[in-house]
Amino acid sequence: MIYFLLFIEFFKIGLFAIGGGLATLPFLQELIEKYHWFSSYDLINMIAISESTPGPIGINTATFVGYKTAGIIGSIIATLGIVTPSIIIIILIAHYYMKFSEHPVVRASLNGIRPVVIGLIAAAGFEVAKIALLSITQFAATGSLLKLFNFKAILLFAILLYFIIKYKKHPILYIIGAGILGIFIKF
Amino acid sequence: MKELIDLFLVFCRIGGFTFGGGYAMLPIIQKEIVEERKWATNEEVMDYYAIGQCTPGVIAVNTATFIGYKRKGIIGGIAATLGVVFPSLIIITIIATFFEHFQDYPIVQNALGGIRVAVVALITSTIVKMWKQSIKNWIGIAFFIFSFLLITFTDLSPVIMIIIGGITGTIINLNKSKKVDAK
Repeated sequence: MIYFLLFIEFFKIGLFAIGGGLATLPFLQELIEKYHWFSSYDLINMIAISESTPGPIGINTATFVGYKTAGIIGSIIATLGIVTPSIIIIILIAHYYMKFSEHPVVRASLNGIRPVVIGLIAAAGFEVAKIALLSITQFAATGSLLKLFNFKAILLFAILLYFIIKYKKHPILYIIGAGILGIFIKF
Repeated sequence: MKELIDLFLVFCRIGGFTFGGGYAMLPIIQKEIVEERKWATNEEVMDYYAIGQCTPGVIAVNTATFIGYKRKGIIGGIAATLGVVFPSLIIITIIATFFEHFQDYPIVQNALGGIRVAVVALITSTIVKMWKQSIKNWIGIAFFIFSFLLITFTDLSPVIMIIIGGITGTIINLNKSKKVDAK
């Protein structure tokens, strides 16, 4: 019964949360009020962990909530619940996309959308850059412009960008390398 | 069957090294899907991302389903999706069982500090590549700047931005091709 409920609830989240992982939060908050499967404190902790582990945040949170509520099977059920609507909706859209993506009107609108998408990706990157390359709290506390920039991190950024563009190695290499470097030199 | 297993494994790698939202997986998608396997073009990935942003569900999953479906139909979509969520299931289950306050360990925080810098550098290089292919005139540059500024400094939903881009793009591009036809 708990498995069935978990599936239905996460199916609903997958169906109604538009715009990625963080859009699922209000729905998870609602689950707390409805079922008391876990507390608000648990939720904050689960989100913090989901953000610091690999994997899409929305999936990590679903897995975590499922596990907390009903163990390993719960985590599998919650994850399957949240992806099922995506699979159905995207397969329907993909079917028509492949049929009509060469149609002049569709092409014209996609040509307008692509620069917007690059803007969205840049905006998402900028949000990470604010945390990774700047020290906004230090700047706010001291008011010194020199404190705003995390020079060590900016140097690493410049070196990495040079290597990425020049040597075209697998992105995973840079992620692992920077993670190990971060353990020894705190950024 | 071999191709389905390949789809699953590629998306396992993508899911296992995505730190952050759906945008964080784009550099790996570009490397593995676009450059090495040529399963999709950069333009198509941008379209999937736009569609994934406007439809319900986790963007990373939507993109995986899309690429899987293009490659191997419905079963392909399911294989790619299961691949992208598989690492989460394993990693989160381990952490939930053994490390109650995983994110508070200094070693985790420090590693993440480095990883975030790498993510910013990788996204920057992804943007450069996409820019070269998709921004061809001043209208594109204007669309890029507007969408970046509006998302960064206002509460406007990305969905609205994409719809605006689609409508204005249709009007401008169709007018242009009409002019070309008239000549």
